[in-house]
This record gives sequence, C-alpha cells and structure tokens, in this order.
Amino acid sequence: MVAGEDDFDCSETLHRLYTYLDGELTEERRVQIRRHLDDCPPCFEAFDFESELRIVIASRCKERVPDGLKERIFRALKEEEINDQGAGAGS
Amino acid sequence: MADRSAFADLAMEYMPALYSAALRMTRNPSDAEDLVQDTFLKAYRAFDRFEEGTNLKAWLYKILTNTFINNYRAAKRRPEKADVEDVEDLYLYHRLDDLATAGTGRSAEEELLDRITDDDVKRAIDSLPEAFRIAVLLADVEGFSYKEIADITDVPIGTVMSRIHRGRRALQKALAGTAVAQGLVGSTEPGR
Repeated sequence: MVAGEDDFDCSETLHRLYTYLDGELTEERRVQIRRHLDDCPPCFEAFDFESELRIVIASRCKERVPDGLKERIFRALKEEEINDQGAGAGS
Repeated sequence: MADRSAFADLAMEYMPALYSAALRMTRNPSDAEDLVQDTFLKAYRAFDRFEEGTNLKAWLYKILTNTFINNYRAAKRRPEKADVEDVEDLYLYHRLDDLATAGTGRSAEEELLDRITDDDVKRAIDSLPEAFRIAVLLADVEGFSYKEIADITDVPIGTVMSRIHRGRRALQKALAGTAVAQGLVGSTEPGR
C-alpha cells in the first residue's frame, strides 16, 4: 500500500466509504479516497460490493403500481379541480 | 407560481416511486394507496405555492413524508422499537468475506447479490424502525442528498447522516440474517 503524506489509510477510507458513495464528501476528500481505492485492492473490493449492494437494494424495491390507482388519483384531482372552479375565483 | 392545471401531468411521473415509498412507510398496500392519493391531493392544493424550476420530486416526497407522519403513523397500535442494535460498518461484506469460496467459481458476494430477492430486501427495510426506515428509503432507494433528506424530514443534517448510517448497518444485519437462512454465510458471528 503506497501512502503519500496526505493519503488516507484503509481505516480512514472505510470509515468514509458510505459518505463517499453518497457523493457527500468534499472534492479534496473524494480525491483522497479514490486514490486509496486505486491503490488498495481489498478496500476497492469492499467499495465495489457496497456500491453494487446499493444498486440491488434500489432496484429490488420497485413496486408494481396497483391496478386503477393512477385512474383513481386522476379522478380525485379532477373532482378537486371542478370544486375549485365551482367555488369561483381561485384561492 | 406554478399552474395547478399542469400539476397532474407534471406530478404523475413520480407516482410509481411515491407508491413504492408509501408502501415501505406504511407497510400496508391499502394504506399506501390512500397515502399516495392524499399526497397528490395535498400537493395539488399547494401547487400554486410551488416554485417552478425547483425540485418537484423532493417537494412531493416532503408532502408524502409529512402526510405519513401526521396521518398514518398515528393509526398504528403496536408499539415499535425506536432504536436499532448497532453493528459495525460493512457488516454484511465482512460476514460474506469470512466464507471460503464455494466450488462454483463465484464469490459469496456475487451469489448474494444475485440471489437476494425483492421480498428479502423489502422485508429487511420493513424491519427497520420508522426513522431509520425513512432515512434509508430516501437515501438508498430514492437517491436524495443528505440536505434534501433533511428538508424532507425536517431534521438536522447530522441527524440525517446518523439515521442513514445506522439504518444501513441495521439493514445489512437483516440481510445477513437472510443470507444465513440461504446458506450463504455461516451462523456464527465473525471473529474480528
């Protein structure tokens, strides 16, 4: 593991891994993490897994919209719109 | 000022995602439908106050979350554990890493990511206490930033980060339980 003075070690990198994945680090920190991941296969593998897991979690949570829900919502909005118009000048 | 008559066309593209989030929040399909419908009505009524060009998705999610907290959470009678037993970062990765690779030539990580089902993930998220569930939902399923989540849930960013990180660890612990059941990890705690 090659380390410059400003580079992160494994512990520092893994500690910030989630925040890095969230895109919430400063540019400077992002560069430091990326440099470490480039140089450290074990940390890169951990990063790769967490990154893949995030994608899997998001894609597995997509629900099928129940039949008729879209129509029901449109209908409810339409009624609301009609009520607005019936009440005269908008609020 | 946004034009109400344009609301349905603009907002409806987010409805499937809002429904998915509503189902994770309420954990009940019938409540989820009602929650989404209520959200759309509230959003419609408030739409003339929406600043065009700003983040419509986040705005809708704020209404969804507030409506859930104010109207749907109260209906629950079963008291809920408010906190999670915390585990270390990368909990799931470390559990999988302990396994020697099986003869398939695939890593345990690849196996898990492939075999984990929709139900596994949804059950794991549903098992989280509400505050953590909502934070993880907004961050990991919807991809909102910390700041957007802070706005949506009306808590400080520090609290958001804490809930997301603890929520993720709890989620990984729940998924690890599923992985144990599928034989992907051993049932003993890793030595660390």
